[in-house]
Amino acid sequence: MAGTHTHALFVHGDSELHRLPASPKLGALGLFVLAVVLTPREAIGAFGVHAGLVLLGAWIAGLKPMFMARRLLIEIPFVLFAIFLPFVGGGERIEVVGLSLSIEGLWGGWNIVAKATLGLAASVVLTATTTVPDILSGLDRLRVPRLITSIAGFMVRYLDVIAGEMHRMRMAMLSRGHNPRWIWQLKAYTASAGALFIRSYERGERVYYAMTARGFTGRIPTFDEKARPADWARALSLPAIAWFAAGWGVVAG
Amino acid sequence: MHIPDGFINGATSLGAGVVAASSLAAGLRRAGRVLQDRQIPLAGLLAAFVFVLQMLNFPVVGGMSGHLLGGALAALLVGPWIGLVVMTVVIGVQALLFADGGLSALGLNVINMGLLTVATGWLAFRFLMIVLPKNSTSILTAGAFGAWLSVVVSSLGFVGEYSIGGVGNASLSTVLAAMAGTHALIGIGEGLITAGVLGAVLAVRPDLVHGARIFGISRADTTLLSRRRVALFVAGGVAVAALLVTVVAPLASDDPDGLERVAIDQGFADEAQDHSLGDSPLAGYDVQGVEGDRMGTVVAGLIGLGATFVAGVAFMIVVRGKRVRSNH
Repeated sequence: MAGTHTHALFVHGDSELHRLPASPKLGALGLFVLAVVLTPREAIGAFGVHAGLVLLGAWIAGLKPMFMARRLLIEIPFVLFAIFLPFVGGGERIEVVGLSLSIEGLWGGWNIVAKATLGLAASVVLTATTTVPDILSGLDRLRVPRLITSIAGFMVRYLDVIAGEMHRMRMAMLSRGHNPRWIWQLKAYTASAGALFIRSYERGERVYYAMTARGFTGRIPTFDEKARPADWARALSLPAIAWFAAGWGVVAG
Repeated sequence: MHIPDGFINGATSLGAGVVAASSLAAGLRRAGRVLQDRQIPLAGLLAAFVFVLQMLNFPVVGGMSGHLLGGALAALLVGPWIGLVVMTVVIGVQALLFADGGLSALGLNVINMGLLTVATGWLAFRFLMIVLPKNSTSILTAGAFGAWLSVVVSSLGFVGEYSIGGVGNASLSTVLAAMAGTHALIGIGEGLITAGVLGAVLAVRPDLVHGARIFGISRADTTLLSRRRVALFVAGGVAVAALLVTVVAPLASDDPDGLERVAIDQGFADEAQDHSLGDSPLAGYDVQGVEGDRMGTVVAGLIGLGATFVAGVAFMIVVRGKRVRSNH
């Protein structure tokens, strides 16, 4: 999973989107996703506009279609649920190549697939063009409580360490012939999870003492540049179009 | 289970966002007293631990695997308030950095996987500890039960949100039976693992288990539940799952949801049913040839559970075959 190496999400580049400060990008992403969710499902044209905006973003950032497609794979479980809906949904039904499908369920399925895909694709564009520290300091600038961003910062920083710890324990177990298939073989798993907790906790204590010794006061200094109004204007132009399309969809529907 | 964008409508998602934000604010205020700014690294490491734990798959049956939600475990290990903050951070990072769960559904996911699991796990634990003797066996027992219940309540949270703002109009009783029934089974795994991890930590550093510390338990008499207790726990979980599918679901379906009610009032319900799934063996979740509506629904529900289970095992065997080969 992507969690084992946190930089895997970032794609190096020097595009307009890469250079934009994180806070306007985060604001634009939030507003865009909100516009997508509020778009009535019958407004197919508005979804076309949204998809166009995401593709535009991906194109500006220089992201390859295969990269986007691969990152979109994680939504498959929900697509399966969406496919299920037309069969179990109530209401009027229509015949499609011999299958009786619920019209309501078809709309519901379309709604989930369209909105989930657009939301996911938009976040992929953000994480591909913004480094994790930038995202966190961007959240700081958007007035997310300092305690939250600091905890998230430490979490992300030590994710690799903890995941590495877990990986080593798993390798040690595998190399000793551990290959559990049944739930009553859980004991080894729980023992390693317990050990992982103790190691994480003790490492947390050590990190805290080490940082206190170096003058840590509970605030982590940020070094990112402040966004200018022009940055905000450029970033918000995309969700502005999406809101216009959504509003048009509401009025027309 | 991370809800993506578009699964629940915008108004409900926004409302959930407000609820999640205020619960987080309360959590931050209370956790701040214990944690203070200076212990931020510790909370960060704990969040990383929960995140990694959710990536670690445990075996279920025949190679099928699941992963821990971890809310109840976090509450018992570090206390409910820090647990709530840590879980919220984990879910937020998953949504924002890993695109796991929709951004607009962040509030919903925080409620289901953070607030509900932490609160249920902790409260169930505290209530059970009132009657149980204050020793490490009780900690494990109450922890396992709390973790099981936290998974079921978390799934009910999803059903509640779906009934308020869900799209797709699958009948509510179907969703309820499917979610609560399967999660009563999934919860068994969560409960056993929570007890196992608690036991492993109690054995080495009992001072780190908040749930043991508040009862002044500084020494583990036992670090494993007895076989009998585990068997009882598993049997109990299975029984509740069966009960949910066989009793609650048919009761719920006696009260038709909105659209069906309209259909009945308009008098075209019979007509609509005739050419819907009329020929399918599980038509309208009633098995033909079984007497009585309720009995039919029950059998259909059980067949559904069984079929889901078999399909899951088959799928995992295929996938696992590949994974094992590529691992070695």
